[in-house]
Amino acid sequence: MNKFILHTGIAAPMDRANIDTDMIIPKQFLKSIKRSGFGPNLFDELRYLDEGQPDADNSGRPLNTEFVLNQSRYEGASVLLARENFGCGSSREHAPWALEDYGFRVIIAPSYADIFFNNSFKNGLLPIVLDEVVVDQLFTEVFASEGYQLTIELESQKIIKPCGEEIDFDVDPFRKHCLINGLDDIGLTLQDADDIRNYEEKRRASQPWLFDVVK
Amino acid sequence: MAGKTLYDKLWDSHVVKEREDGTALIYIDRQLLHEVTSPQAFEGLRLASRQPWRLDANLATPDHNVPTTKTERDVGIEGIVDPVSKIQVKTLDDNCDEFGIVEFKMQDKRQGIVHVVGPEQGATLPGMTIVCGDSHTATHGAFAALAHGVGTSEVEHVMATQCLIQRKMKNLLIKVDGELGAGITGKDVVLHVIGIIGTAGGNGCAMEFGGSAIRSMSMEGRMTMCNMAIEAGARVGMVAFDENTAEYVKGRPYAPKSDQWDQAVEYWNTLVSDEDAVFDKVVEVNAADIKPQVTWGTSPEMVVSVDSLVPKAEDESDPVKRSAIERALEYMGLEGGQKITDIQLDRVFIGSCTNSRIEDLRAAAAIVEGKQVASSLKQALVVPGSGLVKEQAEEEGLDKIFTAAGLEWREPGCSMCLAMNADKLGNGEHCASTSNRNFEGRQGYGGRTHLVSPAMAAAAAITGHFIDVNTL
Repeated sequence: MNKFILHTGIAAPMDRANIDTDMIIPKQFLKSIKRSGFGPNLFDELRYLDEGQPDADNSGRPLNTEFVLNQSRYEGASVLLARENFGCGSSREHAPWALEDYGFRVIIAPSYADIFFNNSFKNGLLPIVLDEVVVDQLFTEVFASEGYQLTIELESQKIIKPCGEEIDFDVDPFRKHCLINGLDDIGLTLQDADDIRNYEEKRRASQPWLFDVVK
Repeated sequence: MAGKTLYDKLWDSHVVKEREDGTALIYIDRQLLHEVTSPQAFEGLRLASRQPWRLDANLATPDHNVPTTKTERDVGIEGIVDPVSKIQVKTLDDNCDEFGIVEFKMQDKRQGIVHVVGPEQGATLPGMTIVCGDSHTATHGAFAALAHGVGTSEVEHVMATQCLIQRKMKNLLIKVDGELGAGITGKDVVLHVIGIIGTAGGNGCAMEFGGSAIRSMSMEGRMTMCNMAIEAGARVGMVAFDENTAEYVKGRPYAPKSDQWDQAVEYWNTLVSDEDAVFDKVVEVNAADIKPQVTWGTSPEMVVSVDSLVPKAEDESDPVKRSAIERALEYMGLEGGQKITDIQLDRVFIGSCTNSRIEDLRAAAAIVEGKQVASSLKQALVVPGSGLVKEQAEEEGLDKIFTAAGLEWREPGCSMCLAMNADKLGNGEHCASTSNRNFEGRQGYGGRTHLVSPAMAAAAAITGHFIDVNTL
């Protein structure tokens, strides 16, 4: 996983609540057996005027010029500003994979769906929760000034606006630690292998019907 | 000290280790695997030279991509026309063979939608923790189990360690008391609940369904309700253990056998919320108020009773919600104020992990028996949830009732619920669907989904538009 320490980038506004995972990456692209390459099909149905196909060349497809990420002022955006309940719907990790592959490193929204929120951290993508009023203010500022950039500093848990003003944000300490160090959860959990074995033996003794049945 | 909720009990009994930061290492008893969210997890194991921690905790079956026409299915994997789907199904077979995981392959009659197969085989048992790389894993909570969807990184994490790092959720009780009206099913109840609390209403919560209406509901109805907990934002849906649960589980292939059965039931009887348990939030619903539900928009919370009108955007004061209604009406091609019963349909889909079990098929068959599908419809599909559901339905003659009425009887899989196989809606087509999501493009590019119960979908197939199932 990529480390996340400090990031500065252009903010793009997705001014819509309940952005679901089918919107983020439509089902036909889930047929891939790889983790990468989803970026060109991020928000496929909103971004293009035709229906996308997996493994197809996207370069000649007609663009929806009204869609935010197709506007030149948001070219190269890496901070996504969104409304409440971002990422609702399925558990597909292809959603954070697509956002990350496109180039996003940070999402800022008033709330997220639980599974999406959790999946993002596993992929070096930082979902930040801010109060609705604060998010609303950011939308206003992004719309008002072209090239609007935000800096996100994970260690101090601060977002720094172009004017220098700072916004504090919360993040789970364990997730923060993993992001800053680019740590793989599995390796960390396996340090507790003896505890897992001890638990498992007790469970086998008290509920033997849970073991050695599916084989 | 206050008593414990069902969720508290399930959580406490699976804590391997608590950490200082408030997270805990939670043991996972069962992982269900399918072809879409597992390939990258198996690849991760391979790259790190890791082996699955416990093979017998896993069970796999392909479901999302599999074709549902008999001609394609009879040929096997080589019969899958879409080359990308074929690779994904083949990859699951290869991975399960390589690592030694039990898989019900495409031509095994036990194959089906993971959330139908788990309970059917007794691979889903009360008191378990169950995960799967699919958000509708909440289904299994109907058995007083702690079940939720995970992403692919966590699929790999569970395969490698048999554990997950979790933070405890809040307790939410949805209490449905009273008697359900004629023709009202678990689907109508859960859609009604989502309409009340909204699609984010259960975020951060484990949602227990209780009350007298749930106690008298079948296991199929409870599975439908828990299945859609995620559409209200809750990763976990649950129902307490009772005699219905025991009766459903008994005799299933992977359920405890005679010598262990009594011991298991003795423990399972404790899997209920204590009388004095404290919930963070309680939502009370009067069962008698619930009418047949139909979604009109592009989020499951955009739902009304069949006798209602499509809402008008101008009646909403919140600007974010108003623009969501405007956008949904435009996408759905509907006018605010029009009658739900005036919506003309193009297709009907009866199936999915929400509603493809035997009780669902019986309810649909009872409506269409002796009648004919409306000539205005392009297609009406019935897709059983598993090979065993299909076999049972055929023994009862339900397939004949469907085909005589003009519905297509298919092979088991996820099918038109998410259109990863060939079954999909055309651009602009309206569909009465027993599935779980009405998101834009979910059932096909430009497709317009209306979520309903199996009986309501069957009634709509006969009339070509929505109608209260009780007035057909």
